[in-house]
Amino acid sequence: MSDLNRAAPQIVACPNGPLLVRGELDLVTPEGDPIERKRRTIALCRCGVSAIKPFCDGTHKAIGFTTEV
Amino acid sequence: MATSQTLIDQGTFPNPFFHARGPLSSRLLELLRNAPNGDPGLDAAEALTAATDLVHDDDIQLTLFVLYGLHYGGVVDTSDEWEWHPSLIALRRTLEAAFEAELRAVVPVPALPEATSVAVASALFTLTGEDAGPSLSRFVAAKADTGQLAEFLIQRSIYTLKEADPHSWAIPRLSGRAKAALVEIQADEYGGGRPERMHAAIFAGTMRGLGLDDRYGSYVDNVPAITLASLNMMSMFGLNRRLRGAIAGHLAAFEMTSSIPNGLYSRGFKRNGFGSDVTWYFDEHVEADAVHEQIAGRDLAGSLAEDEPALLADILFGAAACLVVDGWAGQHMLDAWTAGESSLRVPLATVAGS
Repeated sequence: MSDLNRAAPQIVACPNGPLLVRGELDLVTPEGDPIERKRRTIALCRCGVSAIKPFCDGTHKAIGFTTEV
Repeated sequence: MATSQTLIDQGTFPNPFFHARGPLSSRLLELLRNAPNGDPGLDAAEALTAATDLVHDDDIQLTLFVLYGLHYGGVVDTSDEWEWHPSLIALRRTLEAAFEAELRAVVPVPALPEATSVAVASALFTLTGEDAGPSLSRFVAAKADTGQLAEFLIQRSIYTLKEADPHSWAIPRLSGRAKAALVEIQADEYGGGRPERMHAAIFAGTMRGLGLDDRYGSYVDNVPAITLASLNMMSMFGLNRRLRGAIAGHLAAFEMTSSIPNGLYSRGFKRNGFGSDVTWYFDEHVEADAVHEQIAGRDLAGSLAEDEPALLADILFGAAACLVVDGWAGQHMLDAWTAGESSLRVPLATVAGS
């Protein structure tokens, strides 16, 4: 639609937290079925304990998850 | 003379659906029955002298709530001319000065981090993580009955039916990266272009699901001063450009203490038999605020500190003030319910569904 939507997506590795994803990309299951994306910017779990994977639910803070970056 | 006086007393505009809580709010509500006509000569001195604890003072917090309501709309049905009337702006400034001074006196602000985005975000996550806070969300998850859930929604409705609005005042008061971050968060709060997904609209659906009146301000009489103070503080931070650091810090702390409690609130409503029409609001916030807290910590508060290091102390103050004041509001509910009492100032006669 616009240059904004065609721009390369950006993934921010949030310290001690999720991967913040901005921009358009396909989020799919291993079968290739789309996973509903309810907002423009999403946070993907990287601590493994989210109850709403692949999205982050903030639980990384409760388990003391830490990252190098 | 007597005839015209009677006409003035009757007022052009209807009585609001809530009542005054003392001489100052009584005088203000009386004034708002009519369009402005000269200098009404409002004086806050007496109310401020009488108040021993501004944050919990019913007369002062209701007066501030009504004054801010002139900017938001939907609180008192009156002439739009009042919004920027010099007498009411003067009154608001006098009350705000005292309210801000009280907050600065009672809110403990942690040691300041370096004015870098990473350090500020880290300090905010540490501050909000240390705040064990009242276990309101755990009580709601495990113990609250339907009547208490209704009270919880009523207390929250004062802010949540206007969710995101107080922080939106800050958008034109910021610039560059901090502004872009705030807009990114607020666009999501307002439904990303879909009005039915606006968080305030989703919350209204939750209220209806419990048989509650979702019109703004329906329950003003029912909530204690601390509940009004929580919204008044946000309005003050957002409407005063000088306090843009505080509103940025406030939003960061608010988002950082949201996703996990909202998961617990959702559990409490499910436990009481409510369906996804009611829990949607809380479930939505589990995912949304896990995104917003990252943006608010680094891109909003962190960038603001880098761009305007002089605001660093206020960023931390705003975050700490959010935790303290909302902590008191939560503790109030928890104390009342633990004692087997209502948390409302004027309890509901009957609660639907209970």
